[in-house]
Amino acid sequence: MTIEARNISFRYGDKPVLKEVSFTLTSGGFHALLGPNGAGKSTLFGLLTRLLALQQGDVLMAGQSLKKQPAEAMRKIGVVFQQNALDLDLTVRQNLLYHAALHGLSRKEARSRGDRELERFQLLERANEPVRKLNGGHRRRVEIARALLHEPSLLLLDEPTVGLDVASRRGLNDHVRRLCDSDGLTVLWATHLIEEVRPEDRVLILHEGKLLADGAGHDICEAEGTRDLAETFHTLTGAG
Amino acid sequence: MKAAHYWHCFVGIQTREWLRFWQQRTRFASALVRPLLWLVVFAAGFRAVLGISIIPPYQTYITYETYIAPGLCGMIILFNSMQGALSMVYDRELGSMRVLLMSPLPRPFLLVTKLLAMGVVSIGQVYVFLLLALLVDVEPPLWGYLAVLPALILTSLMLGALGLLIATWIKQLENFAGVMNFVIFPMFFMSSALYPLWRMNEASPWLYWICQFNPFTHAVEAIRFSLYLEWNPMAFGITAGVTVVFALLATTGFRPQRTKILGGKPA
Repeated sequence: MTIEARNISFRYGDKPVLKEVSFTLTSGGFHALLGPNGAGKSTLFGLLTRLLALQQGDVLMAGQSLKKQPAEAMRKIGVVFQQNALDLDLTVRQNLLYHAALHGLSRKEARSRGDRELERFQLLERANEPVRKLNGGHRRRVEIARALLHEPSLLLLDEPTVGLDVASRRGLNDHVRRLCDSDGLTVLWATHLIEEVRPEDRVLILHEGKLLADGAGHDICEAEGTRDLAETFHTLTGAG
Repeated sequence: MKAAHYWHCFVGIQTREWLRFWQQRTRFASALVRPLLWLVVFAAGFRAVLGISIIPPYQTYITYETYIAPGLCGMIILFNSMQGALSMVYDRELGSMRVLLMSPLPRPFLLVTKLLAMGVVSIGQVYVFLLLALLVDVEPPLWGYLAVLPALILTSLMLGALGLLIATWIKQLENFAGVMNFVIFPMFFMSSALYPLWRMNEASPWLYWICQFNPFTHAVEAIRFSLYLEWNPMAFGITAGVTVVFALLATTGFRPQRTKILGGKPA
């Protein structure tokens, strides 16, 4: 599914947070949204997920407007939030069933889809354990499995690796990339960690509410005359 | 979206609330201590001071315990609703609210369903309270337990919506202490929960009118009358009307950016 953001601007009171941001996400691609803390990434995610109301501009998901047909658009989006959004005292399966119900799936359908996702994520044997017993990496995987239950075409992840150790971070990142290949899922992965981005990825660099660069990682480096993404990021944002 | 989608969603939200309740059943049991103290200790002390004549819906002289039991049912719902609404907007329920709001179903439907689900758990507590109240001889007719259900549902939705409205729009009341002092206590004390309004009128006419304007008074009266199998159209009508208004305002006026649901500080 192609996603097109058109001229999105957003302000909290007098403070502009996003300024005329436009981009297109191509179907089945892994897109990295890179930006230092406070760049406006979470606000952009808030707008894409309708937690914030669009003030200016629009987002088209496979041609459907988020403004005019929000329900249709929401059916196509799966979201993994920055903060944990699982009920820790409920079991893995109970968490999945809750999400599936919210998307109008019957219990039977929800169960079979849930088990299928858990199996794929190698978590099926832990389905009946409370989430509290899972480590951070596994919890994140449950959140991704949950976000895929209603078979969205776009997966949004807002700094999903925050608080994870290096090995879990890498594992999660590889995992999501595989989903792009196997499911044709379009992914937008927000992060402030350069090491999660590969030179061949489509990279969107957001800084102080403006989109400073948009293109394949190595192309951006070439255009900026820098050796690697880290240097590009540093040059463009003045961050480390 | 078809009716079946709404139904699955409705059932899913109710189920989750019961699972949470079951996980935290000790906390819910301890929440019963407050109304029981009122019933057993406060009422016993007060009974000597306050004489109650025969007033509808009661057909004989009643004990003070019998009089305040419906008000305490209202109190259980009042505390739970306010606490529940605050947790939706500021703490424990934030994660589940994020997931809730990602549903493609209309937001007012999702929020009303959520409020009803929280209400069902409060109502469960009310019934446990009423069973325990039998020990101090509060004995409404058997069918009253069933007849009171609609009034309890309306009350919980009304107060849940009010809580959500307050939690979303009044930033100064984002902690429970504030809500207790400025919402729960005034609503509870300036109502017919603890004393019949005719006595209030004798003491102070203006206080009587404040009580009359307090929707909680009418919710308590709706509970009281239906528990004793009497029909009180005014109390019921006012409670239902206020419920609709509060629910509409709270759900259509809901703005996640005014809460902590987005993460970080509310704007």
